[in-house]
Amino acid sequence: MNPLDRLSEVDSSTVARLHARLAAAAERDGLLDVAYRTVDTPVGRLLLAATGAGLVRVAFASQDHDRVLAALADAVSPRVLHAPGRLDDAARQLDEYFAGERTVFDLPLDWQLSHGFRRTVLGHLPDIGYGHTASYAEVALAAGSPKAVRAVGTACATNPLPVVVPCHRVVRSDGTSGGYAGGAEAKHTLLTLEAA
Amino acid sequence: MKPFEQVVAEHGPAVLRVCRAVLGPADAEDAWSDTFLAALRAYPELGEDANVEAWLVTIAHRKAIDVVRRASRQATPTDRVPERPSETGRPDDWDGDLWRALAALPPKQRAAVAYHYLTGLPYAEIAAITGGSADAARRAAADGMKALRKNYPVEGELR
Repeated sequence: MNPLDRLSEVDSSTVARLHARLAAAAERDGLLDVAYRTVDTPVGRLLLAATGAGLVRVAFASQDHDRVLAALADAVSPRVLHAPGRLDDAARQLDEYFAGERTVFDLPLDWQLSHGFRRTVLGHLPDIGYGHTASYAEVALAAGSPKAVRAVGTACATNPLPVVVPCHRVVRSDGTSGGYAGGAEAKHTLLTLEAA
Repeated sequence: MKPFEQVVAEHGPAVLRVCRAVLGPADAEDAWSDTFLAALRAYPELGEDANVEAWLVTIAHRKAIDVVRRASRQATPTDRVPERPSETGRPDDWDGDLWRALAALPPKQRAAVAYHYLTGLPYAEIAAITGGSADAARRAAADGMKALRKNYPVEGELR
């Protein structure tokens, strides 16, 4: 037996304490490029990630949080840490939303993961009020490109900020709900919540 | 490049063991925090094929030297043992006799023992961190471990 085996016990409370200390120091020194946390909601566990500019990514469990974090490391910065503090406000507003107590999100958003026409489309989605829906064609018209119905579908499917930027309120012209990054069931849950 | 969170998860415990072995219980956590904050700062420039553990141990080695310097300026003994309850609830928690045995080693032996036996770094990498040749690092690790076994006999071994 190696005498150093005695050192090998690093208990979870020590790890958690050191991690929190690192996250706080990183925030203080401006090194926390991407902070993230998860929240449990009626549509499953959501990953929330924020830069210093604002909320940059919301992702469903079905999108694989580890893959989403790896993509953030590539697209934004590899300085990614689990640091719930920066996302307290976002988590609280989501809790209120899922409790039916909030109809509008008031959060700084970092749009850097969305570009061009997709960004234009997503910018129009908050105009669809809580409890309302719009068709892909209506959103295309609002975005100034009435023929770009399919592109609206793509913009919604690649929304980096689902739930907060309400792509779930965009449905097919025939009234059926259409696709959703979080799955058809999640879209149904959100629309049902808002219809209540 | 991996999210830094993954680097902390994969290497945090090993680097803490190294800091404990090199600095003892009082200063290990300060050195760990300094190490990972410096690593976070430099991380985007780290090469894709870099040995992350060797890189972290290199930073930890420098930070440990800083912590010792800071402590000596404050004129507090570095081999003090804080009055902290054992977190494992066992009387033979590492921070008493084992640290005294480690603290008795010359710093180069202590570093070589920690880096080789706790992280498995090859002697050439250890030599690059501590200075000197790979052979010298091998001897320092072997001599250090021999002294440690003598001063800190573990259960089941002859005293």
